[in-house]
Amino acid sequence: MKVKLENLSKRWGKVVGADRIDLEITDGEFVAFLGPSGCGKTTTLLMVAGIYKPTEGSIRFDERVVNYVAPKDRNIGMVFQSYALYPHMTVFQNISYPLKLQKTSKEEMKQRAQKVADMMDIGHLMDRKPAQLSGGQQQRVALGRALVKEPKLLLFDEPLSNLDARLRLSMRGEIKRLQVELRVTSIYVTHDQVEAMTMADRVAVMKDGKLQAYSPPDELYDQPRTLFVASFVGNPPMNLIEVDVTRENGDYHARADGIDLIVPAERGEKAAGKGRVIMGIRPEDVTISEQEQEGVSGEIYVVEPLGRDDLIDVRVGETSIRVLADPALRLKMGENTALDFNTSKAQFFDPATEQSLLW
Amino acid sequence: MTLRQRIMAVIPYVLLVLTVLPIVVGYFWLALSSFSVSTEGLRSTGFTLSNWSFLSEPPFGRGYPSIWRVTFNTFVIAISMTTAVVIVSSLAGYALSRLNFPGRKSFLSLTLILHAFPSVTLLIGIYFVLRTLKLYNTLTGVGLVMIGFELPFGIWLMKGFFDNVSWDMERAALIDGASRLRVWGEIILPTIKPGIAALSIFAFISGWNAWLIPKTFTIGAGQNATLSVFLNNFRGDTVAVQWGAVTAVGLFQLIPVAIFFIFTQDLLLSIYAGGAKGGT
Ligand SMILES: Nc1ncnc2c1ncn2[C@@H]1O[C@H](COP(=O)(O)OP(=O)(O)O)[C@@H](O)[C@H]1O
Ligand SMILES: [Mg+2]
Repeated sequence: MKVKLENLSKRWGKVVGADRIDLEITDGEFVAFLGPSGCGKTTTLLMVAGIYKPTEGSIRFDERVVNYVAPKDRNIGMVFQSYALYPHMTVFQNISYPLKLQKTSKEEMKQRAQKVADMMDIGHLMDRKPAQLSGGQQQRVALGRALVKEPKLLLFDEPLSNLDARLRLSMRGEIKRLQVELRVTSIYVTHDQVEAMTMADRVAVMKDGKLQAYSPPDELYDQPRTLFVASFVGNPPMNLIEVDVTRENGDYHARADGIDLIVPAERGEKAAGKGRVIMGIRPEDVTISEQEQEGVSGEIYVVEPLGRDDLIDVRVGETSIRVLADPALRLKMGENTALDFNTSKAQFFDPATEQSLLW
Repeated sequence: MTLRQRIMAVIPYVLLVLTVLPIVVGYFWLALSSFSVSTEGLRSTGFTLSNWSFLSEPPFGRGYPSIWRVTFNTFVIAISMTTAVVIVSSLAGYALSRLNFPGRKSFLSLTLILHAFPSVTLLIGIYFVLRTLKLYNTLTGVGLVMIGFELPFGIWLMKGFFDNVSWDMERAALIDGASRLRVWGEIILPTIKPGIAALSIFAFISGWNAWLIPKTFTIGAGQNATLSVFLNNFRGDTVAVQWGAVTAVGLFQLIPVAIFFIFTQDLLLSIYAGGAKGGT
């Protein structure tokens, strides 16, 4: 089923939950809503579910406007962060509750609930109460309950936030596999950019109720439209340096205190002559130079081992730059070093509007 | 187990026994006295059933109600009070917990003030209201007043229980396809069963034991008396207090409360865990 949000807003008096959101989800697509806490992800999701009535705008399922359709008539399934299982019912009763409400026959109810439970690997727990299950098992029950009526649209509201790191990783994979197998249109709300980037076909980044960007993960990563998207997506976060870009002798230079970089023309020409702009460069696009004399020189301020890489904080003048480096280099705090910037990956933003100058 | 550990394990029990001892002794004396001619401390001076004679003959002579009539009155008041308080409180508590309507805040403060208000100060006012409504010296009047006094507490208690039911659970049920009424009946009420049990027993006990209001709004130990009023009548102005009979009636009055408690204590002690962690 296709979903289309048009100019969708939700306000409570002066409080803005969602602000004029426009977005289209194609049939079978997996879309993530990504943003910091309080940016309106849940509000938007609950409007799609029919729990909140939009203040403005419309929601379309396929072509039909569903603004005033009750949740029970929308044929959707939803998984909550809190699981929201019914504590007085057994696992079987929880999973089969949507079927019971559809007046499905006892036989069919039993069979379908069992099938879903087996798929979720909780088939042997049917007689337990939610309180007797682990967090991961409860999450599977919640997932089973959302899937059992074979909904046209699946909604997830931070479903993995309450799980421990390892379980989160494996559930992430399972939800993704399930979604691909069932081909159900899905909206997945998360504040965890890794979850959004790894699972979704397209990611909608939100901030203060507004849609900031809506694109596939790789595009979001390589071509961020706004400063917010650039700094929110990616871990460790992108370095942001205030520079002046000028054209000299056919080359574009980005200059700041102690920094002078040559930028490829197709990027430099869009940032040149605009006064102070913000240059963004990801930690993996900055490397520790082999030769001390070349590149930008600075002092190593902190070394944080991340396992596969060391995260190095290098001070160049007043500016602090995060760099991912090979632990084999055995860099020490207080040492002087030189940095190479891969400026073909550099981003440029207007400091006033925070919009990208490139995309 | 070392001696030290053993002593440590015993200490809580010793403390608990010491704290409940006075209460247990009190009940023991109550039971003992009701079957005794008289008592000296915790010793009986002789066994008798005469204290229980009120069961078969009205102790205050003709014109006064029998114990069974009085017990029936008390039952009617306690049961109707329980029913009304539970129904009204759970509906009002749900609305106050979930809906955002104008005046909600002031309504909440008002119920709290009413709960804290000393009811004695209202007695005279209520007397005139009941006279005007022709409900003075009727069970209906007494019942209504007692329900009114119990509601602020009931509403607050139920609102607290509803506040603890996660919104997500309600939303999940709506999305699963339930109507509002089914969500209320099949999802929310079952999860707050302990709250309903608690309120029922509080309301029942306060109706069953009520003294001030029945005493004030019924005439003497008339046909509309309740057990507490009946019990109070043994404190005659002219004759010496018959302690034996007082204890017997007191014990008699305790029985239904004890039975009610036995049946609800499982519910009172059960708290649903899990299934609702976090939430928005
Ligand atoms: N029922 C509500 N009443 C008033 N304000 C709300 C309500 N629900 C959410 N909000 C506000 O709307 C904003 C977005 O909230 P929410 O959608 O829950 O954010 P997110 O899910 O992205 O963390 C927040 O500022 C929040 O305080
Ligand atoms: Mg949220």
